Amino acid sequence: MTDKSTRPSAIRTEAVQRHFRMGETTICAVDGISLDVAAGGFVALLGSSGSGKSSLLNLLAGLDRPTAGAVIVDGRNLAEMSGEELSRYRRHSVGMVFQAFNLISTMTLLENVELPMRFAEMERSRRPELAREALERVGLGARLAHRPSQLSGGEQQRAAIARALVNRPSLLLADEPTGNLDSRTGSEILDLLHESNAQFGMTVVMVTHEQALAERYAERLIFLADGKVVADQPIVPTSRGGKGIPPVLGHGQDPDGSGQVGHATHGTAERGPQSESAVPPGKVTS
Amino acid sequence: MKAGDLVELAARNLRESVLRNSLTTLGIGVGVASLVAMLSLGIGLQQLANRRLERSGLFDTIVVTSRRSLRGFDRRPPGNGPPPAESRSLDENARVEIARLPNVLEATPDIRFVTELHYQGKPQLTMVAGLPPSAGEKDAFENIQGHFFSSDTADEAILQIQFADDLLGIHPEPGNPSSKLNANTQALIGKEITLSYAERMPAPQTSEDKTPAEKRPSPPETPPAAASGAGEPAASFSVVPRERKLRIVGITDQDPDGIRGASGARVFLPLQMVENLHIMLPSGMRESEANFSNVPTYLSLSVRVKSPNDVESVQDAVKKLGFNTFSVLDATRNLRRFFAVLDLFLGIFGSLALTVAALGIVNTLVMAILERRREIGIMKAIGASDGDVKKLFFAEAAFMGLVGGILGVALGWSIGRVINIGTNIYLRRQDLPAENLWSVPWWLVVGAIVFAVLVSMISGLYPAARAARLDPVQALRYE
Repeated sequence: MTDKSTRPSAIRTEAVQRHFRMGETTICAVDGISLDVAAGGFVALLGSSGSGKSSLLNLLAGLDRPTAGAVIVDGRNLAEMSGEELSRYRRHSVGMVFQAFNLISTMTLLENVELPMRFAEMERSRRPELAREALERVGLGARLAHRPSQLSGGEQQRAAIARALVNRPSLLLADEPTGNLDSRTGSEILDLLHESNAQFGMTVVMVTHEQALAERYAERLIFLADGKVVADQPIVPTSRGGKGIPPVLGHGQDPDGSGQVGHATHGTAERGPQSESAVPPGKVTS
Repeated sequence: MKAGDLVELAARNLRESVLRNSLTTLGIGVGVASLVAMLSLGIGLQQLANRRLERSGLFDTIVVTSRRSLRGFDRRPPGNGPPPAESRSLDENARVEIARLPNVLEATPDIRFVTELHYQGKPQLTMVAGLPPSAGEKDAFENIQGHFFSSDTADEAILQIQFADDLLGIHPEPGNPSSKLNANTQALIGKEITLSYAERMPAPQTSEDKTPAEKRPSPPETPPAAASGAGEPAASFSVVPRERKLRIVGITDQDPDGIRGASGARVFLPLQMVENLHIMLPSGMRESEANFSNVPTYLSLSVRVKSPNDVESVQDAVKKLGFNTFSVLDATRNLRRFFAVLDLFLGIFGSLALTVAALGIVNTLVMAILERRREIGIMKAIGASDGDVKKLFFAEAAFMGLVGGILGVALGWSIGRVINIGTNIYLRRQDLPAENLWSVPWWLVVGAIVFAVLVSMISGLYPAARAARLDPVQALRYE
C-alpha cells in the first residue's frame, strides 16, 4: 500500500466559500476552506452543528455551488460546471448517504436502488441484477420487495448505501450516516463504508459529530468551526490499533443475508483475500 | 433519463396518490367531454343541414339559360357576357358539351309546360315537368307514396300532393294548409291520367331551305298563338294536338321543383318520355325561325355537379361557353359562415370546462411538488438533472391529459349519443323522421385527445419548472 499522502487527490477545494443571506445578515457557512482529499482516503469532517461541515459536503457533492473559490475534481472546477454537468457528476462520480436515509418511501428497496441507474441510463435488462447484487452486498438480499417503512433504521441505511454504491462512484459522501442509529448499528454502517473504502478504493468523506467513531474508522479527521478548518489531523496508526477489529467482531454476518442485524466486519474478513489484505495495511500506512 | 423510465416513473407517481390524480384526470375528462359533445353537436347539425341541402338538389345544381332573350336578339344580357350576337343557342350540342365539363354529373334539359290533364273526365290545368332518373335520389321523394318512375321512358306520372288533392276535390282547411299523404291519396296510385299536349312536327315542305344553325338578322315576330294554333301549319313546322295516357305511380308531399318557387310544377313525368313527345315549347317557338333541324333546343338546362364545392368552377366554365348561369351557391356560403360561428361558440363553451380542468392539473402538480419536495431533492442528489425532474412532472401532466382525453372522448360520445336518442324520441312524438344530430368524426376523437394532452402539458409547464428549480439542499434539509 502506498502512502496516502502521495496518492493523487480525489477532490480538492481552493479557498471555497459558501455564504447564505438571511435578511440583513450574511452567514458564512463555509468560509475559505482549502482541502485536498487523496483518492482512496477516508476522511471525517467533524464539528459542532452549524460549523459548516454539511455545507462543505454539499459543495463536494455538487448539490450546491460555492459563493467563491473552487472545488476541483479530475481537474475540473465544479463551480464552473453547468447544472447538467453537475448532475452528471453526481450521477456517475458521487454516492450519497444521509442521516435520514432518504429512501423513497413509495418504492421498494429494489426500485430505490435501481433509481440511480435509471438516471445514469443504465441498460434496462442489467438493472435488477445489479440492484440485487448491491443489496445482497449490504445483507438485504431477502428484503428486495420491502418498502423502507418496513425496515429498521440500520437496514434502511444499508439500503441507502447500496443505492449510493450501485453506480460505482469514486467518491462516497456520507452526511451523519449514524446520526439516527444506535451505536451498534452505527458501527455496522461504518463497517460497510469502510469496506467500500478498502475493497473498491472508494474515497469516503463522512460528516459526523461522533469523534470516537470517526477515530475508529477514518484515517484523517478534519475539525471545522464557523466555516473554517480548525484542525486537520491524520490518525496515527498506533492510536487506531484496534480499528480493524471493531468490538462487534465475532457476532458474524447473517450468512443467508436475511437482513438480521449483521456485523459486517466479520463478513468483510470472509470476503476474500483482497479485503483481508486491504484492510490491515490501510491502517498502518497513513 | 430514457423515455421508458420517464413513463414508468410518471405512472408510478400517479398511482401513489391515486385518488387525487384520478379526480384531476376526471376533471380533464369532463372538460374534454363537454368540448367533444359541443363540437360533435355542431358538426352533426352542419352535416344534417348539408345533407338536407345536397339532397334538395338546390346546392349542387346550376341552371343554365341562353343569353338570347325570348323577346329579341339585341337585348344585352345582364352582366359582362359577350354581346348577344355571339351568344349560342342552348341546344342539344351545347347540352352535350356542358355535360362533358369536368365535375359535371349530368346536364338535363328543363322541360316544363302548362297543360291540361284529364282525370276521370275532369280537366285540370297545371305545370308539368320532366324529371331525370337522378331526381329519384332527392329527398323530395324520400317519403313518396308509391314509387319513383320505373324507367326513364315509362308512361308514368308522379303527383305533387296539392295536385293530388285537387284531383280528389279536397281543399285544405284554412287552419291547416299542409296536405297529408293518406289513404285518400293512396287510392290515386295506379289510376290513369290523360295528358294533353301539342306535338311540334317539322313541316316536310320547308325542310330543304333549312339554314345552318345561325341566327338571322331580323327575326319575325313570333306568333304567340303558335302553340295553341292546333293543327295550323306555321311557317315551317306544324303543331298537332295529342293525348297520352299515363299511370300515376307516386305522390310526394314535398316540392321537388322548389327552386322554381311559384312556377313549380305539380306533375312530374320521366324526362326521356317527355322529350320523345316533341312537345311544342316556348323555347322551340323562339328557335323556330332559325333552326328547324331535329336538334332540340332548350329554354334552360339543369346541370348537376359532383359536390356543392364544384358549383363555382362549373359555373365559370359554363359562362365561358357563352351561357347564363344561376345557382344558390351564395346561400350555402352564408350557411357555412353560420356554422363556422356556431362551431366557434360551441367550442368556446366546451373549452371553458377544459380550462377549469387545466387549472386542476396545475393545482394537483403544485401540490405534488410540495408533497414530493424531499423526493425531488433525493432524486437530484442521486443524479437526476433539472431536466429529468422537469420531464417527469411534464410526463405526469401529459399522462393525466392522455387518460383524461380518452375518458373525455368516451364520455362526450356517450353524452352526444344520449342527446341524439332524446331528440329522436321527441321527433318521433312529433311525427317527424329521426335525424342524426350528432357526429363524432375521427379527427375530433384524435384532435380532442391531442388537445387534452397539449393543454395538460401547458398546465404542467409551471409546476415542472418549479420542481426543476427546487434546491436539493433545501429540499433535503432535515425538518
